[in-house]
This record gives sequence, C-alpha cells and structure tokens, in this order.
Amino acid sequence: MGFVDYFISALFLQAGYNSALVAIGAGLLGLSAGSAGAFIFLRKRALVSDAISHATLPGVGLAFIIMVAFGSDGRWLPGLILGSAISSAIGLLMVEWITRKTRLTEDAAIGAVLSVFFGFGIVLLTVIQTMSSGRQAGLENFLLGSTAGMLISEATTIAIAGALAAAFVFLLRRPMTLVAFDPEYAATTGVNVRNIDLAMMGLALIVTVIGLKIVGLILIVALLIIPPVAARFWTNQVGKMIGIAAVIGGLSGYIGAVLSAAEASLPTGPIIVLVAFGFFLISALFSPLRGGLASALRHQRFQRRVHRRQGLLSLARREPIYDGLTIRILRRAGMIRADGVATARGRIAAEKAARDEARWAMARRMLPDDSAVERYDGLTPIERMMTPDQIAEIDRMILSAQNAQAPQGATT
Amino acid sequence: MIDDLITALGAEFVQLSLTPIVIGTLAAIACALPGNFLLLRRQALIGDAISHVVLPGIVAAFLVTGTITAVPMMIGAGAAAIVAVIMIEIVKRLGRVEPGAAMGLVFTTLFAAGVLFLEITDTSSVHIDVQHALLGNLESLIWFDAEGWGSLLDPTALTTLPPQLPRLAIVLVGIALFIFLFWKELKISTFDAAFAGAIGIRTRALGFALVVATAVAAVAAFDAVGSIIVIAMFVCPPASARLMTNQLARQVGWSVVFATISAVLGYVFAGYGPGWFGSPYAVSAAGMIATVSGVILILTCLFGPQRKRTGQHAEA
Repeated sequence: MGFVDYFISALFLQAGYNSALVAIGAGLLGLSAGSAGAFIFLRKRALVSDAISHATLPGVGLAFIIMVAFGSDGRWLPGLILGSAISSAIGLLMVEWITRKTRLTEDAAIGAVLSVFFGFGIVLLTVIQTMSSGRQAGLENFLLGSTAGMLISEATTIAIAGALAAAFVFLLRRPMTLVAFDPEYAATTGVNVRNIDLAMMGLALIVTVIGLKIVGLILIVALLIIPPVAARFWTNQVGKMIGIAAVIGGLSGYIGAVLSAAEASLPTGPIIVLVAFGFFLISALFSPLRGGLASALRHQRFQRRVHRRQGLLSLARREPIYDGLTIRILRRAGMIRADGVATARGRIAAEKAARDEARWAMARRMLPDDSAVERYDGLTPIERMMTPDQIAEIDRMILSAQNAQAPQGATT
Repeated sequence: MIDDLITALGAEFVQLSLTPIVIGTLAAIACALPGNFLLLRRQALIGDAISHVVLPGIVAAFLVTGTITAVPMMIGAGAAAIVAVIMIEIVKRLGRVEPGAAMGLVFTTLFAAGVLFLEITDTSSVHIDVQHALLGNLESLIWFDAEGWGSLLDPTALTTLPPQLPRLAIVLVGIALFIFLFWKELKISTFDAAFAGAIGIRTRALGFALVVATAVAAVAAFDAVGSIIVIAMFVCPPASARLMTNQLARQVGWSVVFATISAVLGYVFAGYGPGWFGSPYAVSAAGMIATVSGVILILTCLFGPQRKRTGQHAEA
C-alpha cells in the first residue's frame, strides 16, 4: 500500500484500531491546546507555556527513577505524566515567584526556568541511562514525541485527558475571557484574577503533560501558540476565535498524527507543528479579514481610486498628467486618448469630479462638525453621504460665493 | 591529600578535563556578555529563539555542502538566526501579535523543520543529531596530545587543541570588543532608547548588531556545548548579576564571574560528582552547568543585595 493510499485510509480511520486511536487522541489534544492557547495568547503570556513545557523533563526523569526504585519498569505513562505535572507546576510557580519577589522581568524568569529545569532534566536522563533498567527506557522520545509503538492504554489516557481539558476550557471560558481582555475590570467584578491566571496556566500544563508522548516537550508549546495566532486572522470576536483556534489545533493534531503514522520513521511532534504552521500560512495569506492577500487587494483598490480621482481633477483643471499609473488607469477607463487629451467621457467624469470636490469643500466650510463631513476621504461621492436637499443648499452657497467673487475677478 | 590533588590535576586532568572546562567557560562568558543587554532590554528570550533555530541552520548547511565542517555550519546557523529574526518581525507586523507569540511561532516551526530535515535526509555518515544539538559534546573535546601542564608550552601539542577552543576564544574577544567599543551607546540605548535617538545614536542598527552578536555567540557556543548551556548562559548569569548591583559595569563583571563558576563547577560536578556517590558514570556536563547556574540564580533571588524592585514599580 502506497503512502498516499495509507494516508487516505488513515485519515478516515481505516488503518487499524491503534493508529485511529492515536489520531483521535492527537486531534483531541490539539483541540484543547488550541482553545486553551487562545486565552493565553489573548493574555499575552504565550511564552510562559514554553517554561512550563521545558520544566516537565526533570519530573519525567524523577518519576521514572522512583517507579524503578519501587520495582516497576518505570514506563507507566500515568506515573510519568504525574511526575511531569508536578515538576512543571513547580516551574510555573518559580516563574511567578521570581517575577513577583525580585526585580527580574517575566521573560528573564521564563528563560531561566526553562533552561535550568531542562538542563537538570538532561542530567537526570544521563543518570537513568546508567541505570540497568534505564537503557531501553526511551525517555528521549518525550523530547520530540513518538507515536510508534504506542500502547492502546496510553492512547486512551491521552484521548480522555484531552477531552477533559477541552471541557475545562468550556467551563471557564467566561472568566478567562474577561481576565484576558481587561484584568482590572475583571477584578472589580469580583473575579480573582490571580486564580484565573493560574487556572489558565494550569490548562497549558495539562495540555503539555498529555502532549508529551505525542508532540514532545520541546514543540508542544507550538500547539498552544500557532492555532490562536492563525485564528486571530479570521475574526475579531473572542468566542469565534477560540472556536477557530480549537478547530485548527484539532485538525493539526489529527492530520499530523495520520501523516506520521503513514511514514513511521517521521517523528510526530515536528509534523504536527508543521501542519499547524501550514494553517497559519493559509490564514495569514488568505483570510478575508486581515490576510496578506486581502490587505494587498484592498490597498491596490484604494490606490487606484486615489489615482483615478486625482487624474480626473487634473483633467478638470486642464493640467498635464505625468504619473504613469494615473495615465494607465485613465486610459483603460477610456477617459483620455493616447496623447493625453481627455475624451468626451473623460471630460464629463472630470467635470463631475471637480463639482464633487467643490461641493465637499463648501460642505466642510458650512458644516465643519457634521459626521458626514468628518468622514470625508477625498474619494466618496457626496451624493452617497448627503441628501439631495443638502446638496442643493450647498450648490446655492457655491453659486453665491462665485457671484460675490466675480466683480473682484473682473478688475484684475 | 596533597598527592591526591596533584594526581587530580596531573597529566590526565590536562588531557581530559582542562580543555572542556576552558571551552565551557569561554562559551558561558561569550553568551553571558550580550545576555546582560538582552536582559535589560527585555529581550532575554531572543537568545532562546536563536538557539532553537541554530539546528535548522546547521541542517540546511549540511544539505547544501554535504559535509559537517565548521565554517559552512556557522554560516548556516548565522543565516538561520537572521532569517528567524526577520520572520518574527513579519509575523509581528502582519498578525499584529505580541512579540512572545510571534517568537514562539517562528522558533518552534523552524526547529520542527530542522528535526524533520534531519530525519528524512541521510545523515548517518556524520555526527549530527538532535541529542547532539541539545547537549553538545563538551565531554568529548579532549586534548589527545597533552602529556601534562608542560604541553601548554609545546607548540606541536598546542596545534592539536580542539578547534572549538581557539574559535570560541576569537568569538569571545570579538564580542568583548564590540561591547567595549560601543559601551556608551549600548548603555544609553538600553536604558533610554528615546534619549539615545535624540543624541544621534542609531538605536535600531545597534539593536540589530546586538542580535547579531547574540547569534554569533549562540552559534559558536552551540557547536561546542549544545543549546541548553547557550540558553541558560544568556539568561541566568546576567539575571543573577542584576540582583547583585545597580551599576551596569559591575553587573557585567558579576555575570562573567557567575558564568565562570557555573561552567567550572558544573563540569567538575558532572565529571567527578557521581564518583563521590560511588557511581562510575559521569552525567551530562551541559545539563549540570545549566543546573549550577540555576542554583546561583536561586541564591541571588534569596540573598542578592539588589533583589527587590525599587521606585514606582515596587508595589506593582
């Protein structure tokens, strides 16, 4: 069976019970990571989760050593998860403690905790490698994640924990939204900001420890950061953004796990991260709201309108046009001939533009505080912003102003 | 007792431990120096991001040249660091997101790409893997031809020093020179960027130069000691030093002291520590150096004379 066939069959969960379970587990993990990450992203603390995830390593090592000391083979996943949860909780509290008690800033605390905990974890891993039962422990797999040879009991654990974390996000969504946007207002409404902050980070911690096996501790933070950043391109509403982040995270986890199952030599974590990055790229380029393509199109359309308008005003004033883009735009619209002389159509349009400009100028003088005048952008025809009565009034004022000026003009 | 010390510091020490200790110390100081300014500019995590993207840079250099040699590797890693900084800037602008999220997005993606390239290309012929990237190979940087302290004066023996040593020494001198020459500019633009701009310092160019110095330190140190030490040394010694003094020059001095202590003690604990507990095996020197720097940081957090916030932020 070729890679593509296998990929397609795995995508629809036809490639065996085990890989289906892994894919569902990774999908649920991504779902909870995306939604939990959305709050952390809005709270602007994305990299705190990096400290949390690196701080899991000593816990994994110590849990393994303790379990071996009690006579088991040390690879029981719930035990390792518990150990990693405890050590990353200590890491999280250390970040808090350093920022609160000393003059160091949060980023320094994050950098210190992640590197020191990780370094200590590596020391423990080298200790484990020298233990007789530790040689095949495979704890290095926690660095980058691996689903190869995953036990069904492990996949079930991950799937259940992922579902629980998603439920936890759903329950706490209101206070977390409030704190993410306006912690001071949240505090006045009686929300305990510090506890909600800790709960938010606790969620990141849960996602991290259940993601250790699949994504690995170096890259799990990507699953918390990339989906919300991608989701932010599509909407300005919190509720929708969380939903979209959850979907992107879930799809990344699911597709990534399926891809790596189809090609067993590929490590799972990096693939999931790259799939998530793919979603980010698509969002950054093609989102109609804030995507690069949409912005570029909007910019181009605006630019063309400005050039067209300025070109027409020049025609009305009988000034020559030198700008290449303006000439091209007017040529294409049939407003001028190749030698730059206005066509009949061009003259009408130019006259209309000049009249519009004059009306706007008068309107600004007559009604300086009018909301329609404040939104004047030099492009919108005045008919779209004002009633015919108002325009008639403006025209009368223009006429009387011209009559008042005419005698003076005659003397010069 | 004295005999023990002499044997401990005898020919075997010079051959096996002297060069790793010196290399570790050079790497630690090279990272701690720019780390001081990154810390004060609240860019401490730039070091973290850069040391993650060194891996894809090295893999890319390998894919292009097909060999693992120092110069293309360092060029590749340096290029990757610059690409990462530019990508972070693009994501920040395009997505209008906070720098932390932009950084996290970029360095995890690049690191993931590096790991993937490493797995799908045939690198079995050369010594390059993720473990090596994380941990370095400090323990293996031994000086084969040394026969004792006298070898330090022997030109032929000196030519067989691990090449990382002179390389790191040059990088360290370069970084120290950069900081020395631009001391005033760095200091002013770090503490008051607006004032620095007003008196004609090109703050953006200087900031970029600092990032480049950081990348150079990260790449040179990475090759010898792996990325854990790099990240730890960017942050921990400067952070500890920040809690010791209010003066920049003294802070830089303290950070050098702390970096040196971490490197030397870390290596000694890793190499000889398990022996004190009756274990014949050594543990990871890179990990132990990071651990020692963390212990120093905790001690300064508890007892450092300038650990508290002062002024208007004291209550915040």
